[in-house]
Amino acid sequence: MTVIEARGLRKTFGATVALDGIDLHIEEGRILGLIGPNGAGKTTALNAILGLTPYQGELRVLGRDPWTERDQLMRDVCFIADVAVLPRWIRVSQALEYVAGVHPRFDRAKAEGFLAKTNIRLGNKVRELSKGMVAQLHLALVMAIDARLLVLDEPTLGLDILYRKQFYDSLLNDYFDRTRTIVVTTHQVEEIQNVLTDVMFINRGRIVLNCSMEEVESRYLEVMVHPEQLTAARALKPIYERQSIGRSILLFDLKSDLKLDRVDRHQLAALGEVRTPGIADLFVAVLENKPGNQAAQPQGAVR
Amino acid sequence: MNTQSNPMPESRDSQINDSQGIAPASMSATRPFYWSVRRELWENRSIYIAPLAIAGAMLLGFLFVLFHLPHTMRTFSSLHPAQQRDALAEPYDFAAGLVMGAAFLVSIFYSLECLYGERRDRSILFWKSMPVSDLTTVLAKVSIPLLVLPVLAFVITMATQFIMLLLSSVVLLASGLSVAPLWTQLQLHQTLLILLYHLVTAHMLWYAPFYAWMLLVSAWARRAPFLWAIVPPLAIGVFEKVAFHSTYFVDLLTDRFSGGSDAMDSMTGNFPFHPGMHLDPGAFLTAPGLWFGLIVAAALLAAAARLRRYQGPI
Repeated sequence: MTVIEARGLRKTFGATVALDGIDLHIEEGRILGLIGPNGAGKTTALNAILGLTPYQGELRVLGRDPWTERDQLMRDVCFIADVAVLPRWIRVSQALEYVAGVHPRFDRAKAEGFLAKTNIRLGNKVRELSKGMVAQLHLALVMAIDARLLVLDEPTLGLDILYRKQFYDSLLNDYFDRTRTIVVTTHQVEEIQNVLTDVMFINRGRIVLNCSMEEVESRYLEVMVHPEQLTAARALKPIYERQSIGRSILLFDLKSDLKLDRVDRHQLAALGEVRTPGIADLFVAVLENKPGNQAAQPQGAVR
Repeated sequence: MNTQSNPMPESRDSQINDSQGIAPASMSATRPFYWSVRRELWENRSIYIAPLAIAGAMLLGFLFVLFHLPHTMRTFSSLHPAQQRDALAEPYDFAAGLVMGAAFLVSIFYSLECLYGERRDRSILFWKSMPVSDLTTVLAKVSIPLLVLPVLAFVITMATQFIMLLLSSVVLLASGLSVAPLWTQLQLHQTLLILLYHLVTAHMLWYAPFYAWMLLVSAWARRAPFLWAIVPPLAIGVFEKVAFHSTYFVDLLTDRFSGGSDAMDSMTGNFPFHPGMHLDPGAFLTAPGLWFGLIVAAALLAAAARLRRYQGPI
């Protein structure tokens, strides 16, 4: 079942193009990481999906037009747009009461169960909580909603590593199942790469790479090359090369159509230590390799 | 929905059933409205604290009036009958006027703040993540100055005046005086009815376009909504005066605001209230100005709801 379907999604702010006609096709049960530099268009894309901003092009979320049907869409979609959007004056108990009052799919007992595992008390006001606790509270509210799509835009920005890890752990253990879909953006890419099923790189309003994590594993290889093999390795046309602790690390795209003779794993294994690249390194490689335009969309869409 | 903790296959089935069952967990349409109003009262406690505080101060001050009350009552019969009621009723009218004034002030500040504040503190992103439409939100917010505050003002005034009457009676009885003149002269039930009539006609219906305008400004302004609410109408008035030497626009606003004319007094029952006041609900309901104002208010509110859809944090 398709959760998000977009064709030619475009958004401009004056002369600035935030989204340059992107296509999206996101299926149920995926955890998609939307990765891109600041100003790449991630938040704009999410805002369009959430009905927070008007757009050009076609967009359907769970079969609805988000811009005109936001209130109905929000029965099935949850989002945490930022760390600090919970009103500071509200008490935890009031937040629970309010959400229970307006949201038909909110399970209050479940939210209280999540909160019981934290140091947050029902009598606390949001302004009395630390940043990390506010994030815990928001997550508890959201996880207790039986939604089909959860959108997280930098949900852990400014939190310390313990809270960040806890955040994604509870998301995976207590929330995610194969019928839910999660779209997440974050700058701490390494921390979520094990969580993701799919990854999408976005730059200057365009999709630069869009594939599943299995594809990333089967397609990209990083080789820490022995110094004496460097020339041979470079001859195989890596898409990116960087230095780390005096060693050269070369990143190869096994399916690149630019290569005449295909590189295979055995060949690379002979050159040095082979491993799957981190998403962050892959991101830098793909972005520097394909500057701006000429979007490479190998599989066309996320499966 | 407790499918989360169940083992996989079963939970999957029920999830799928749920997602296809087109049962968007039905909820009556008034529930989001009700909780949106509740949430306004949580956030803006001044809505009830301000009129209550004024009423409290009034009661404290009234203790000094009580001190002189036995003396007033002893010289009561020497007064001209027309002055008798005034001598007694003054603090009661004063209390009603103060509470109403406090509620009105709160209405103004609330209306200018409500749709602006949620954008400034970014909480609009949280409110918009809930299945509550922009129209429901705007209607819930405008119901505070239009419904909640007038009702509160009435209830608080009624309670205050009742306490005043009770205290007076106790003091009089303790001084061995009769309470009869007090009760017959005041006729609180009558002035309270007029107060209620005035709140409904003037504060709810006649002032509706003012509140709607303030809500629109509050949904639109990126800063200083107070100035934005006042300066443009003022500028139009000045422009009209300078360019055409006329004051239609300013007159329109002042008429709307003050009621002004005698006709208006009998239509909305202007302050101060007298038991025998002439009220003319028929004239009020058939006044074109009423309906014109309500249409303007509805248009301004619709614009505010539409504007909120485009707005994010500032």
